[in-house]
Amino acid sequence: MKPAPFQYFAPGTLEETLDLLDRFNYDAKVIAGGQSLVPAMNFRLARPSVLIDLNGLPELSFIRPAADGGVHIGAMTRQRQVERDDVVAQRAPLIHETMPHIAHPQIRNRGTFGGSLAHADPAAELPAVLTALGGRFRLQSKRGERWLPADEFFVDFFTTALEPDELLMEIAVPPLAARTGWAFHEVVRRHGDFALVGVATTLSLDEAGRVQDARLVYLSIGDGPVQAREATRLLQGQAPTDEAIRAAAETAGDRDVDPVGDIHASSEYRRHLVKVLARQTLTTAAERARRAEP
Amino acid sequence: MNEFVSVQVTVNGVAYERQVEPRLLLSDFLRHDLDLTGTHVGCEHGVCGACTVLLNGEAVRSCLLFAAQVNGQNITTVEGLASGSGMDKLHPLQQAFWEAHGLQCGYCTPGFLMTLVPFLQENPNPSEQEIREALSGNLCRCTGYQKIVEAVQLAAEKLRQKV
Repeated sequence: MKPAPFQYFAPGTLEETLDLLDRFNYDAKVIAGGQSLVPAMNFRLARPSVLIDLNGLPELSFIRPAADGGVHIGAMTRQRQVERDDVVAQRAPLIHETMPHIAHPQIRNRGTFGGSLAHADPAAELPAVLTALGGRFRLQSKRGERWLPADEFFVDFFTTALEPDELLMEIAVPPLAARTGWAFHEVVRRHGDFALVGVATTLSLDEAGRVQDARLVYLSIGDGPVQAREATRLLQGQAPTDEAIRAAAETAGDRDVDPVGDIHASSEYRRHLVKVLARQTLTTAAERARRAEP
Repeated sequence: MNEFVSVQVTVNGVAYERQVEPRLLLSDFLRHDLDLTGTHVGCEHGVCGACTVLLNGEAVRSCLLFAAQVNGQNITTVEGLASGSGMDKLHPLQQAFWEAHGLQCGYCTPGFLMTLVPFLQENPNPSEQEIREALSGNLCRCTGYQKIVEAVQLAAEKLRQKV
């Protein structure tokens, strides 16, 4: 047997699930798709004494168009379902564009949207994407529920604001503002591997075609999603010309980030990729913003 | 701590019921409890794809699932592909791997086959790029991917003719 022994619960209702979380607290770990947790358990890096399986809770698996023009995605929705969903493609095209980059089809068939977010791996795509989109997270426990914006949900390396008795229920993705473009891109040795660097980008234009708001959120270069704030501030109020984008990309690499080096890529190489990806995605996002509905 | 749980599961059309420890991986359950050793175990942490099986028709890694989690569900393993024993009973995908030299040692092959069955159902006429992306979650350390890609192209052709 690879994993250490644990007590297994497969609750059939949300109430029962929250009761179990309340009862076992720090001793319990919830399992969604298990595509990150089970490898950790197989290595015995994770040894939860109680495992609470969420796969018997179909009410956590849904994709619903929201009245504000956005979309709500249930935490247990399989990544493959999000990838193939038309509502997501229309209302959250950045998510649609990102999904095929997440691991491999076998993983996405089982892995869940909320599981990846709650795991908060700094190399994962979805935390960066939801930060760029300003997603909001609904957390529930026996004590009640609360909503958190993405930048408060992601706290640190593999750490979120979830308390041990709380469950991530759903994620609200707001609609894109008018004249907004987007792009996701990552550099990876083999399709589906962990990215050396990746970025989720949005860019909104005002009526005169100047940048009103832009976001560059990186993965794989820090303890969580890393925003290049100076770079995007530099763009504000400017027309997104090649020169303006180039200057912002240089700033992103030189001033906004401090990437770590490891066996996969040196710090210098990652810094170079930060600039290249900024330039590419800002250019694509600006083109899409010009073509977007006013 | 080591309480057993009951698992009722249909594998390749046959119903099984076993008592298992919750920590038993589906891959080990198939191999040790059901003696279905066609499903191979490589890395045991979700990287190599050798243990891929179909869960309700979709390719998943059996080393990242607990047997207890498939209670009441449908599994297909590589043993479920051929329609009987003998060369003429092979699944068109297996036949294509044979003809195009898509395997050398064969260790990774069951995982490749189980990944490809739903892929070719969904995409009967894939481009080479699409095939390579579909195979990105399966590692082969000896045949080389060139022959495997050719085998998939041949299999796609065979399956299209069958319809």
